[in-house]
Amino acid sequence: MSSGTLYDKVWDLHQVAQLPGGSTQLFIGLHLIHEVTSPQAFAALRDLGLSVRHPERTVATVDHIVPTTSQARPFADPLAEEMLATLEANCAEHGITLHGIGSGRQGIVHVIAPELGLTQPGMTVACGDSHTSTHGAFGAIAFGIGTSQVRDVLASQSLAMGKLKVRRIWVDGQLQSGVYAKDLVLHVIRTLGVKGGVGYAYEFAGPAIDALSMEERMTLCNMAIEGGARCGYVNPDQVTFEYLKGRPFAPSSAAWDQAVAWWSSLTSGPDAVFDDEVRFDAAAIAPTITWGITPGQGIGVDETVPTLEQTEPDERPLAEEAYRYMDLQPGAPIAGTPVNVCFIGSCTNGRLSDLQAAAAVAKGRKVAPGIKAFVVPGSEQVAAAAEAEGLDKVFVEAGFEWREPGCSMCLAMNPDRLEGRQISASSSNRNFKGRQGSASGRTLLMSPAMVAAAAIAGRVSDVRELLNA
Amino acid sequence: MTTATPFPSGSIRSVSSTTVVVRGDDIDTDRIIPARFLKCVTFEALGPAAFADDRTELVNNPAGPHPFDRPEHQGASILLVNRNFGCGSSREHAPQALMRWGIRAVVGESFAEIFYGNCLALGIPCLVADHDTMLAIQAAAETEPAASFEVDVAEARLSCGAQSWQLDLAAGPRQMLATGQWDATGQLLAHGDALHATAARLPYLNGFSAA
Repeated sequence: MSSGTLYDKVWDLHQVAQLPGGSTQLFIGLHLIHEVTSPQAFAALRDLGLSVRHPERTVATVDHIVPTTSQARPFADPLAEEMLATLEANCAEHGITLHGIGSGRQGIVHVIAPELGLTQPGMTVACGDSHTSTHGAFGAIAFGIGTSQVRDVLASQSLAMGKLKVRRIWVDGQLQSGVYAKDLVLHVIRTLGVKGGVGYAYEFAGPAIDALSMEERMTLCNMAIEGGARCGYVNPDQVTFEYLKGRPFAPSSAAWDQAVAWWSSLTSGPDAVFDDEVRFDAAAIAPTITWGITPGQGIGVDETVPTLEQTEPDERPLAEEAYRYMDLQPGAPIAGTPVNVCFIGSCTNGRLSDLQAAAAVAKGRKVAPGIKAFVVPGSEQVAAAAEAEGLDKVFVEAGFEWREPGCSMCLAMNPDRLEGRQISASSSNRNFKGRQGSASGRTLLMSPAMVAAAAIAGRVSDVRELLNA
Repeated sequence: MTTATPFPSGSIRSVSSTTVVVRGDDIDTDRIIPARFLKCVTFEALGPAAFADDRTELVNNPAGPHPFDRPEHQGASILLVNRNFGCGSSREHAPQALMRWGIRAVVGESFAEIFYGNCLALGIPCLVADHDTMLAIQAAAETEPAASFEVDVAEARLSCGAQSWQLDLAAGPRQMLATGQWDATGQLLAHGDALHATAARLPYLNGFSAA
């Protein structure tokens, strides 16, 4: 059993009570809500005659259903309009802050909470969205919950939880140029499997992790859930503190030094005990891309689609299903695979540094004929920062569309979607069958720079060749 | 089809019904309920949309339609699956869709954690069998689609006539289901003083002055 880790310390501090049945009642420091998984929770609250216990600890935005072309109200889709109107009414009724469209603070929930300084080390963070693991980048314990649990947090600011085991993912060395946090996490998931993390929290540590920016750490923790780990985290350090300083909801001058002292005390100490440890070498990781229908079916861009013989026996039925669905041949190189749509954005890779990396590839080049390519900033703040440095113009000149913030084509809840058998190069997080809105649509997950490279070439290509050109 | 079986309530000790087998590892929540059906402010209409795209894909399948579309499985309340069922999104829409289609218990090799918790919050037990046992259970169920199976929640056992298989269900969920305390809200609210005390000791809720 783990001890002395950040996970243990934060868990202990937030324990409220032991519940019959063996679970723990855990206090939730920050609750984030959006339009998809909250309306039924508010309705349940109303049915039970309950109020919101800590409305000041719940923060709302709208992301999944917003169109990224025109965000004028009412939305063209009446269902989307109803969902946002319901969120607005619920927030107004219960006194919850909603960062809505045009506020300057709207965006994907996992982009805005960090950039507003809401997410801080040592917090427990819950949201009705599995990619809540993102917030672990700050040394918070953050996890996705279902709608019944959203109701519980609204009513009691707490949850019934079982404690996870802790696996340390130790990454030595340094990522090569053209290799990003996205490649690292796809490599980890490829190695440990999509269920490898079930029952675990992942602590990411080691020299390669220390060297990551906050935005890269968010990409990494964001996809912990794709490896089965309900939360992933990085111990807070100077990089964390520098990111947070001066943000709107970060501690202000008087409390700042005390906050840093407390945050620093939470890190996994030298005597911390982990339930498991796995080690990786960052230098050995190539730009990584998925070829199949789960995020674990990934390979280096210079590799070939694995054959059945190269696949573990118990993974073979899934591999065969993936060959059929993706229409890719076992043993064929993944580089050169033609794509139709190129999407840069999402809670995984919709932050400023992601757009900078993609723009560095796109600058002075042109999107290949017949390719639909578009860039969706993760928030209004990301959009403003990107426009301030002219990234929008770089993309538009290269033939990309520059859109308004939202979840966009990561999932099919807004007008951005694949059609028919289209295949996308996507900086998002899931390549499940039908994920991007067409029941037969296909998704290749990769870093934003790799998506830009695919858009320029019209096919999967190694971004390192463009960066070195 | 949506059944008229009442939704789970109170103590859940057993589930008896015919079965439906959905084979495959890593069946994710986007397959259980595709995202376009999430555009709703209530869960009410989700039942018929369970596995919508998988079902459409198999409409003209020479080997037969998706199990949820086969006449012999209409009214089935016990779902039999394989590994890592329910991975992906945290959307409670997935277990809600299954529940509204008629599912009241799931038996599989393993479950994604958030899905498992979401099922428990609805009073739907998810019980685990090892790989070989699960294949034997699925084979038995497919051989006799009209047979009634019983999930004994308290004993973590599945049986059909003379056949019986030992399953696994952690003591916590087992007790919560048996005592009808699987719906956590009341328990959480019962600890108002402890909630207050916890909030009072968290540095970030108190200006970091206690840090």
